[in-house]
Amino acid sequence: MTTLSSLLLTLVVLTDFAILGTSRLSTCIRAIGVQGLLLAGLPLALHPGWSLHIIGLALGTGVVKAVALPWFLRWAIREANVRREVEPFIGFTTSVLLGAAAVAVAFVVAPRLPLPEREGTLLVAVALSNVLTGLLVLTSRRKAITQVVGYLMLENGIFVFGLTQAQRVPFLLELGVLLDVFVGVFIMGIVVFHINREFDTLSSSQLEELRET
Amino acid sequence: MLPALVVVPALGAVGAYAHRTVAYRTAWLVGTAVVHGGLVTVVWTSRPASLLDGWVALDDLGMLVLTIVSILFLVVAVYAVGYLRHEDPRGGRAFVSCLLAFLAAASLVSLSHHLGVLWVGMEASTLAIAPLIYHRHDRRSLEAVWKYLVLSSVGIALALLGTFFMATAQFAVPASDRPLVLTDLVRGAPQLHPAWLKAAFVFLLVGYGTKMGLAPLHTWKPDTYGEAPSPVGALMCGGLTALAFLGVARTMQVVAAAGLASFAQPVLIGFGLVSLVVAAAFVLGQADLKRLLAYSSVEHMGLLVLGLGLGGAGTYGSALHLVNNALAKGLLFLAVGNVVLAAGSSSTAVRGLGRALPISAALLVVGLFAATGSPPFGPFLSEFIILRAALAGGHPTLALVVVGLLATIFAGMAVSILRVVHGEPGPDIRPEADHAWLVAGPITLALGVLLLGLYLPAPLGEALRHAAASLGGTAP
Repeated sequence: MTTLSSLLLTLVVLTDFAILGTSRLSTCIRAIGVQGLLLAGLPLALHPGWSLHIIGLALGTGVVKAVALPWFLRWAIREANVRREVEPFIGFTTSVLLGAAAVAVAFVVAPRLPLPEREGTLLVAVALSNVLTGLLVLTSRRKAITQVVGYLMLENGIFVFGLTQAQRVPFLLELGVLLDVFVGVFIMGIVVFHINREFDTLSSSQLEELRET
Repeated sequence: MLPALVVVPALGAVGAYAHRTVAYRTAWLVGTAVVHGGLVTVVWTSRPASLLDGWVALDDLGMLVLTIVSILFLVVAVYAVGYLRHEDPRGGRAFVSCLLAFLAAASLVSLSHHLGVLWVGMEASTLAIAPLIYHRHDRRSLEAVWKYLVLSSVGIALALLGTFFMATAQFAVPASDRPLVLTDLVRGAPQLHPAWLKAAFVFLLVGYGTKMGLAPLHTWKPDTYGEAPSPVGALMCGGLTALAFLGVARTMQVVAAAGLASFAQPVLIGFGLVSLVVAAAFVLGQADLKRLLAYSSVEHMGLLVLGLGLGGAGTYGSALHLVNNALAKGLLFLAVGNVVLAAGSSSTAVRGLGRALPISAALLVVGLFAATGSPPFGPFLSEFIILRAALAGGHPTLALVVVGLLATIFAGMAVSILRVVHGEPGPDIRPEADHAWLVAGPITLALGVLLLGLYLPAPLGEALRHAAASLGGTAP
C-alpha cells in the first residue's frame, strides 16, 4: 500500500461526505465525478507494474465514472430543471453524522476481517464505508437523481472491494464496469421519466400511485 | 451446442428488430422459440461437455431451469402472437427483441458455472425485462419500472459484492483452483474461509432473493406484476424467478459442500416462512388479479427456499416445485391476461367470465387449483414432499404453520378468482379473447401441470434426483 493509494482512498471517503452534506445536485454530481477519477487512479497506484490490463482498467473506469456518467447526470438535471434536493427523509447534518458513524464502523470492522494480505485493510474499510454511505443516500433522499448518485457510491464501494482481488481474479473488475452499463440504463430510466413529462418533478416520492388499498 | 442456446435468441432479437411489420416480428419470436426448444431437446440427450475452461457447462440443475424457461418461452411466444393483435404496445419493435434478449440471458444464467458469468447473465435478464414492463408508457407503468429498477439494481449490486466475497473466501485454496468456477468451489469447499463464505452466502441470498421476490424484499413485485403485460408477467413469475432461485441454489451448493449447511438452513427457512406469511396476509381481500398472482408468487418463492432450507428430500421437493411453479403460474398469468383483454382491467370486480369466456374461465379455475397446490396437479406433489421433509427433519410445528398458511392463501385466491368466474357478464366484455392463439399455450401448460401430478417422466425424475444430490439433499 503506497502513500499515493492511501491518499486516493482518503479522498474517496471525503467525496462521500461532500455528497452527504449538500443539497445542491450539481455539487453531488461533481463529487461523484471526482470520486470516479480517484477510482481510476487507484489501480495505477496499487499495481505499479502498469500491465496492459491495469492501464485498460484505469482508462475504462475514468471514461465511464469520471466523464460519461457525470455528463449524463448533468444533462438530466438540466433537462428536468431541478437544482436542489428538497426535504430529504433524513436531514443533511444528520446524514453527515450517520455517514461518520458508518465510516467509523467500517474502519473498526475491516482490520478484524481475515484477509490474505494486510495491506488490503484500508481498501476493505473504504469499500465498506462507500457501500454504507451509498445505501444511506439511496434510502434517505427524495430526488430520483440523488438516489442514482447513492447507487453509484454503493457501486464504487464494490469496485474498491474488487481491487483487493484484482491480481488473482482479473475478470472481477470488468464485471464492475458492466455494472456501470447497468447504471447507464438506470439513468436512461430517469431520462425517459422526463421525456414523457408524466411527472412535473423528478421526485420519486411522487411515485406512490401503486400501493395496497 | 451450448453457445447456440445463447447466440440463437440473441440473433433472433436483432433479426426481429429489423422488421417493421408485427407479423414478421412475431414470426421471428415463435421461430426462435421453436429452435431454442429443439436445441434444449438435443442437449437433454447429448449432454455436451463444458466449455471455456469450465465457465460454461450444463448440469442437471441448470438443465431443469433451462428447460422450464424454454417451454414457458415457447408458450408465451405463441400467446404473444394473439396478444399483439389486440394490444399494440407503443414500444412495438423493442417488445419482441427484449423478449428474445431475455431468453438469451436466461440461457446464459442456466449454463454458467462461473459465479461471475452467472451474475452477468442475471444482470442482463433484469435489463431485458425492464423495457417490457414499461411498454404502456403511462404513469403507473413508469412507477412500476422505477421501483423494479431501483430494487433490482441494489439487489444485483449486493449479489456482486457477495460474488467478490466468494472470491475472497478462496484465498487459501491451491493456486490450481480456478477462481469462482463452481466445480472448483464445490471441490475445494472445505478449504474455503468460513467467515467469508458465510458473508458471501448472506449477500448472494439477499441479492438474488430480491430478484426472486422473497419477503421482505418483495415490495417491487406486486407493482411490477400489476403493470407488466400478461405475457411478460408469465415470463417473470415462471422464468425470471427460476433464474434467481438458481443463483441462490448455486450458492447453497458451495455452502453445503463446505459443511456449513447448518448455518444456511435456518436463514432459508426464515425467509421462506416470512414470505408465506406476507403472501397469506396480502392475498386476502386483494382487489386486483395480477397483484394477487404477485403475492401467490411470493408464496411459491417462499416454498422454494423453504424446501432448500429443510434439506434432505426438501431439496428434491424444491427442484420439482420449480418446474410446477413455472407451469402453474405461467398458466394462471396467461389466463388472467385473457381476462384483461376481454374486460379491459384485471380488477376482481369483473363478473361473469364463465359465460362470456368459457375456455379462459376454465383455464383460470384450473390454474387456481394448480397454483394453490390442490390434487391432482403437480404443485400438490412438490408441496407434499416439502412438508414431509419438514416432518422428517423434526419440524412438526413448522409443517403445521405452513399448512395453515397454504390453506389461507387457497381461500383468499379462490374467493377472488371464483367471484370473477361466476355471475352475469357485463356488457363491455369482449368474447374474442377465447381465440385459438390465446388459449393454445395455456391449455398446454394446464395439461403439463396435470401430467406432472399424475406421472413423473423418468428422465425428469433422474434430473431431479441429481439436482437434489448436488444441493446436498436426497430423493424422497
